[in-house]
Amino acid sequence: MEDRNGIFKSKSLVLAEGRLQTRPSADGRARADRNARRAFSIITMLPVLLIAVISVALIWRAWPVVGDQPLSKTIFGVAWRPEEGSFGFWPFITGTAWVTMVGMLLAVFPCIMVSLYLSEYAHTATRSLAKPVLDLLAAIPPVVYGVWGLLAIVPFVEHVLAPFAKRWLGAVPILAVNQPTGFSILAGGIVLAVMVAPFIISVLYEIFATVPDDLRHASLAVGATRWQTIRSVVIPRVLPGIVAGVVLGASRALGETIAVLMVIGNVAKVPSSVFDPAYPLPALIANNYGDMMSIPLYDAALLGAALVLLVVILFFNMASTLVLQQLLGRQWT
Amino acid sequence: MITKRWSRRRITEAFVKGMMFISLALVAASLGVILWTVIIRGLPALTWDMVTQTPKGGYYMGKAGGVLNAIIGSLYLAGGGTAMALLFSLPIALYLETYLGDSTWGRYVRLSLDVLWGIPSIVYGAFGFTLMLAIGLRASLLAGIIVLSLLELPIMVRAMDEVIRRMPVDLEQAALALGSTKLEVALRVVTRQMLPGIVTAILLAFGRGIGDAASVLFTAGYTDRIPTSLLRPTASLPLAVFFQLATPYPEVQRRGYASALILTIIVLIVSLGSRWMSSRLNKYTVK
Repeated sequence: MEDRNGIFKSKSLVLAEGRLQTRPSADGRARADRNARRAFSIITMLPVLLIAVISVALIWRAWPVVGDQPLSKTIFGVAWRPEEGSFGFWPFITGTAWVTMVGMLLAVFPCIMVSLYLSEYAHTATRSLAKPVLDLLAAIPPVVYGVWGLLAIVPFVEHVLAPFAKRWLGAVPILAVNQPTGFSILAGGIVLAVMVAPFIISVLYEIFATVPDDLRHASLAVGATRWQTIRSVVIPRVLPGIVAGVVLGASRALGETIAVLMVIGNVAKVPSSVFDPAYPLPALIANNYGDMMSIPLYDAALLGAALVLLVVILFFNMASTLVLQQLLGRQWT
Repeated sequence: MITKRWSRRRITEAFVKGMMFISLALVAASLGVILWTVIIRGLPALTWDMVTQTPKGGYYMGKAGGVLNAIIGSLYLAGGGTAMALLFSLPIALYLETYLGDSTWGRYVRLSLDVLWGIPSIVYGAFGFTLMLAIGLRASLLAGIIVLSLLELPIMVRAMDEVIRRMPVDLEQAALALGSTKLEVALRVVTRQMLPGIVTAILLAFGRGIGDAASVLFTAGYTDRIPTSLLRPTASLPLAVFFQLATPYPEVQRRGYASALILTIIVLIVSLGSRWMSSRLNKYTVK
């Protein structure tokens, strides 16, 4: 190794000198930079790897059940009898779909309204007041939502909504009341709607903020009202983003476990009304994971349930994230 | 004049505005109702014993004791998980900003972080369990910490990334122009400038970690003792709430409500604390 004067030195001498110098040597700094770069780049591969590892692990562990019987029988089978080795996911898939849809139907309209209000109408003061409310709502743990659902929503469905539906809406099949308790898809949907609301609102708010103010001013200047501006300038510009934000919210709702499990009744039957109980996939996994070891293939079936959940959520997530990245990315460059 | 005042578009405008206020009120009211429900039902059962004692024999049948095991266990789990997540997410966030920027690979990493962020905690729990089986680890504090750190990692990196992106480019360029290496920029300029953001990210991830039940359900186990080693199982508050509500004894269920109140208080303190800290630390950054 040579120093600036061309005098040969041993490596240890260079290192010793580096330690004695008050300023770090240029070499040492460059080396530290290179090493850090290498270490950081390896760590940065972690998220990408993690997705692959999770997928592979679940496929590998679920294979005994998925590969054992035809895929259509696993997905569309309605018989869930672990002791007999029959694992049909259909009641759980439909249960998940029902509760997610009810939750989203309840959440979407108010969420769009609130985010529009915050981005288009609200004063800065209102905005800075709304943010902590949304933050707190987002910070409340799922199990507390579950407690709230158990104490407030289930009785509300049982004593208010169900009698009302029975009296006035009995003719509509999906609103038929077939059971006496409030543990139902509707209760789960209401809890889910409140849970995903802060998330959807913040995503939509961010999306509406990408619309340049000039466009709004131009529209307002020619005499349009605020709502006309929103309807014909703001919304058309970010429509894909709105859809993506809602889909992202739905994929959040799909995987919600504890809160839904506590209020939805957990009956493994294909539901036909929002007042029916259901048994979503996450609840299935959470409820049975402890005692599945004694029954053959049971653990594979439960990991299969996790795999179904993962595949659907990965698909939803990737699609909507790509849309959002493109939309929001424009701003950042 | 009157026709102009009450023209159709003005009525629509007023109507839409009304809907917006109702929606806003609905969201604010649901926060109020949730907090009110938990406080009203939890407060009567919240005694000093609840927070200072571990469950005694027969606790789950209504005998004496508290949930100190779960409180300490949750703090251990979330603390450990957050520390571990920080260990990885700080380098990732710095690398994304200082080295990758808006390159293709950087975009892939951000996409994968977004996707990871959306994976539900029950899937992390199931994955963690298969991982534990594969390496022969039993339900323990360590396993819970590992799974929680996986869950918290994307939340933390994303939160940090948001802050770094808003950092003035001039600062970084000035440091580079003075001859700093990228590492020095990352550690001495970016990290300092985004300190409020890092603190917010840590507390956000901690709040998520301490409240999550589905991921620790199979990985951390449950026990009445306060864990003394990383390889022992540990209780956690969310699961304490869940298990106490599942018992048929009203007395124990009431304690479940009290435990939910304790958890809510912890989470609210963390959430409000992060606002306070970040506004304090924001004074020391370059605007």
